[in-house]
Amino acid sequence: MTFMAKPKVAHPELPRNALGLTRRDYEGSNSTLCAGCGHDSITASIVEACWANALQPQNLVKLSGIGCSSKTTAYFVSGAHGFNSVHGRMPSVATGANAANRKLHYIGVSGDGDTLSIGLGQFIHAIRRNLNMVYIIENNGVYGLTKGQFSASADVGTKAKKGEVNSQPPIDPVQLALTLGASFVGRGFSGDKRQLVPLIQAGLRHPGFALIDVLSPCVTFNDHEGSTKSYAYTREHYHAAVEADYVPRAEAIAVDYPAGESLLVPLHDGSQVRLRKLEPAFDTRNRANAYAYIDAKLHEGEYVTGLIHAQDAPEHELHAVNRTAATPLNRMPYERLNPGAATLAKLMARYR
Amino acid sequence: MEPTDTAEPDYFHKVVDCQWACPAHTDVPEYIRLIAQGEFTDAYMVNRASNVFPGILGRVCDRPCEPACRRGRIEDKPVAICRLKRVAADHRDDISALLPRAPEQKNGKRVACIGAGPASLTVANDLLPLGYEVTIFEQFAVAGGLMRTNIPAFRLPANVLNEEIGYIVSMGADLRLNSPIRSMKQLLDAKEFDAVFVGSGAPKGKELELPGRRDSDRIHIGIAWLESVAFDHIDKIGERVLIIGVGNTAMDCCRTSMRLGAKDVKVMARKPRKFFKASAWELEDAEHETVQIVVNRAPKSFVTKDGKLAGMMFEALEYDISGGEITATRVLGDEFYPCDDVILAIGQENAFPWIERDIGINLDRWNVPVVDKTTFQSTRPEVFFGGDAAFGPKNIIWSVEHGHQAAISIHKFCQGESVAARMPRGLTLSSRKMGMHEWSYKNEYNAAERRLVPHVGLVERFKKVNVEVELGFTAEQAALEVQRCLNCDMQTVFTAKLCIECDACIDVCPTDCLTITHGGEEADLRTRLRAPARVTAQPLVVSGALPQTGRVMVKDENLCVHCGLCAERCPTAAWDMQKSTIHWPHAGDGETACRPKQRQSA
Ligand SMILES: Cc1cc2nc3c(=O)[nH]c(=O)nc-3n(C[C@H](O)[C@H](O)[C@H](O)COP(=O)(O)OP(=O)(O)OC[C@H]3O[C@@H](n4cnc5c(N)ncnc54)[C@H](O)[C@@H]3O)c2cc1C
Ligand SMILES: Cc1ncc(C[n+]2csc(CCOP(=O)(O)OP(=O)(O)O)c2C)c(N)n1
Ligand code: SF4
Ligand code: SF4
Ligand code: SF4
Ligand SMILES: [Mg+2]
Repeated sequence: MTFMAKPKVAHPELPRNALGLTRRDYEGSNSTLCAGCGHDSITASIVEACWANALQPQNLVKLSGIGCSSKTTAYFVSGAHGFNSVHGRMPSVATGANAANRKLHYIGVSGDGDTLSIGLGQFIHAIRRNLNMVYIIENNGVYGLTKGQFSASADVGTKAKKGEVNSQPPIDPVQLALTLGASFVGRGFSGDKRQLVPLIQAGLRHPGFALIDVLSPCVTFNDHEGSTKSYAYTREHYHAAVEADYVPRAEAIAVDYPAGESLLVPLHDGSQVRLRKLEPAFDTRNRANAYAYIDAKLHEGEYVTGLIHAQDAPEHELHAVNRTAATPLNRMPYERLNPGAATLAKLMARYR
Repeated sequence: MEPTDTAEPDYFHKVVDCQWACPAHTDVPEYIRLIAQGEFTDAYMVNRASNVFPGILGRVCDRPCEPACRRGRIEDKPVAICRLKRVAADHRDDISALLPRAPEQKNGKRVACIGAGPASLTVANDLLPLGYEVTIFEQFAVAGGLMRTNIPAFRLPANVLNEEIGYIVSMGADLRLNSPIRSMKQLLDAKEFDAVFVGSGAPKGKELELPGRRDSDRIHIGIAWLESVAFDHIDKIGERVLIIGVGNTAMDCCRTSMRLGAKDVKVMARKPRKFFKASAWELEDAEHETVQIVVNRAPKSFVTKDGKLAGMMFEALEYDISGGEITATRVLGDEFYPCDDVILAIGQENAFPWIERDIGINLDRWNVPVVDKTTFQSTRPEVFFGGDAAFGPKNIIWSVEHGHQAAISIHKFCQGESVAARMPRGLTLSSRKMGMHEWSYKNEYNAAERRLVPHVGLVERFKKVNVEVELGFTAEQAALEVQRCLNCDMQTVFTAKLCIECDACIDVCPTDCLTITHGGEEADLRTRLRAPARVTAQPLVVSGALPQTGRVMVKDENLCVHCGLCAERCPTAAWDMQKSTIHWPHAGDGETACRPKQRQSA
């Protein structure tokens, strides 16, 4: 962290998005995380992605649980709505909010502890319900906030700061999500914004649950020699399978990619995110293929990053399945929300 | 791009834009911080060490530092550097104990200075503490040069001049007033002096030989006229005055006229406003005093009627301007402007009628002496020139710097050393880190806008010719204005081998100065940075290869606000904030000259 907040003074020539805003307009309050924490870079990537997608700040909802990672929703888009819930329970709050208002964009930020330990049950159901949100796991292999205990994503053989070696096998959120049929699954690294920002941009446009697992070194408790989640180790073992680019609107019409090699995710201002395959053997649209590929790489000690799996038009989205109303509940007339005492009495009569 | 060599002493000096732009390299951020701490005396002494006349310059300096100030690139207005100098001067305590002193034991060398303007006075200031006997010959009855005779008292009061000139003279200079030098040959032949410094200025006002010029005695040469006003030889002027020319002399002439009874003063300019030589603030002050500025009028003739000046004929002009240059001029016709007096303020020249042409001092075909630009030595080895006398009219702060450089040369010359071998410039850096997030300077960015100096009201100021117009900042204003300084001498110093490429510094930098990217040529790099880097006059700093990926850290110096957040966020202290102290050499540096500690506080 820094003792003083980033001052408002800015570069006078910063580019502006379709709303006339600069990326500085998407910042939040001063981060209180340790200086150098990967989570802060993810925050910066979210800022960049929201700016690039020209999101109206008031149309964004930020949700989180507990942990250093979960604190970060305060550090971006201060004009957005937010809910900092209890440990591991962000998915329920997200589900409720989403059910009540489907017109907003939802970004959930969680940690490997928050998601894979205490919150695993909730996480699974959010996928199962195909909640329309971006779910970011800031994955550092430890419980940062409680001083560095191994989390459920710690690799076998990785060393804690004091030397203790982990022997429990990890849960890989990406593989878990694939087996559950998640419709958008990506992995990034906090130290590679070039890849991460377009992934978030695409996730925000995906009409369903978009999981992005981001390797995010804990600079204080998990950045030492022997850790498999340090900056140095991650840089050596992360393996980009897909390269993502943001294609501005002016260029979008002109680009033409060979089919099967790239996936264009259209953005509402006419621009696109282009995801380009770097591995010929890899097919993002084929879930089984994607699973097999990352599983094989994981056994070689490599984290595959990029967009791992995406369905163009996922079916079973929460609102479709539950046939919810299109109008946000807060815009519905009271009479429709509350059918009244007479209707209730009629209903109750059925159980007598 | 090769990694930037920041060990080169000028590198970090250039980052301190104001100090680099100041001819005398005044340590601006340091004195501003001292003012912020209430250490006015020390702030004054930091100034004095390089610019010698803080009270004078705090009022009338041409302030080349201000257009250079980084704050002016971040927002509209630079820090009021000049007026803060005056704050230091206004609030200082008695400084006599801190001034350099001449030693009892002289070094046996004698130096003559011709003219008692700022150039000569600086030479005396630098050489007296080294044991030289310095004699200053001044033709007038008072010292100060144009500062005394031409800069009006309503901008620069006499007591301020007296005080700061007094510090030098009372060090033991032999000031001989009413002593014009009429023959350089005589002076040199007498062999009384080991070296001679010519600081006689550029005393001749330019003429405008148009029809009718000699038909009236109401046509004045600006600098001679101002001199007469300064010496009380002139105390009134007609109601309608035309000033020809639109430089700083014209501004002083028009404002002085307003104080001597003129009611309708017009400054006649040949060209449009953007080509004016006068500083923006002088124009502003003149117009505020109801002086009218008339553009695109070229003088054609002086018109007299019944032996009396009636006015002037002008040609009205029209210009085509493209790319900031005049590409064509058209005459639209003649226009007559009635007036009672005309003041010509179209420039000054050097004049050396008292330097014989056969004594080894070469003058070029414009009668300008041939002077070395670094050493200020003339073609006769023991004769040196400086100030306006050397290369034509400039300003006070340049005269001071010429004086410093000439003093170095004279010292070397008198000690039998090579004059050409200059003393090295130096720079030291020291970390400002106090704790995890603590720096020994106030790194917070203050968004305050530039303060406006209060002025005496229009009625009050015209009551006498010497009412000082500017009042100087109030304590409250000064306290805010100092916070606008960005502390550009608190340098961002990078150690590539410590960087783990976490991006923390990049994310936190408010002005997007920093980028980690793969190496490349400068032109290409400039297109790949986080924010546009179009100001090529401001350098990019490029690091060596970073340990984890071999990429490089690039910093665009242009808009860094020296907030220290990069260093505060960096987990490995790869960035550090270090104060640079610039050593700009002066005569006798490193020798045991008779200089007391020049600061009061620690
Ligand atoms: C109207 C006017 C306004 C100005 N305003 C400003 C301003 O606001 N800010 C600024 O920075 N600059 C200003 N200047 C310029 C500035 O005053 C000069 O650049 C500066 O004073 C030059 O210093 P100097 O030491 O070279 O010479 P001068 O100041 O010209 O001093 C030369 C001295 O030498 C004496 N002298 C000349 N010949 C002889 C001789 N043969 N024997 C003995 N003595 C001799 C003269 O009497 C004079 O005292 C202004 C100039 C003018 C004309
Ligand atoms: C119900 C409950 N149980 C335990 C805790 C203690 N606790 C706080 S944060 C945390 C783990 C956070 O780990 P992670 O989600 O990985 O976040 P990180 O700090 O690593 O970013 C735990 C166990 C709690 N706050 N609430
Ligand atoms: S403890 Fe670790 S996870 Fe938490 S802020 Fe510090 S570096 Fe980041
Ligand atoms: S000091 Fe560092 S963070 Fe602050 S503006 Fe300069 S480079 Fe950016
Ligand atoms: S904060 Fe420090 S370690 Fe991190 S990228 Fe910047 S210089 Fe490197
Ligand atoms: Mg964690």
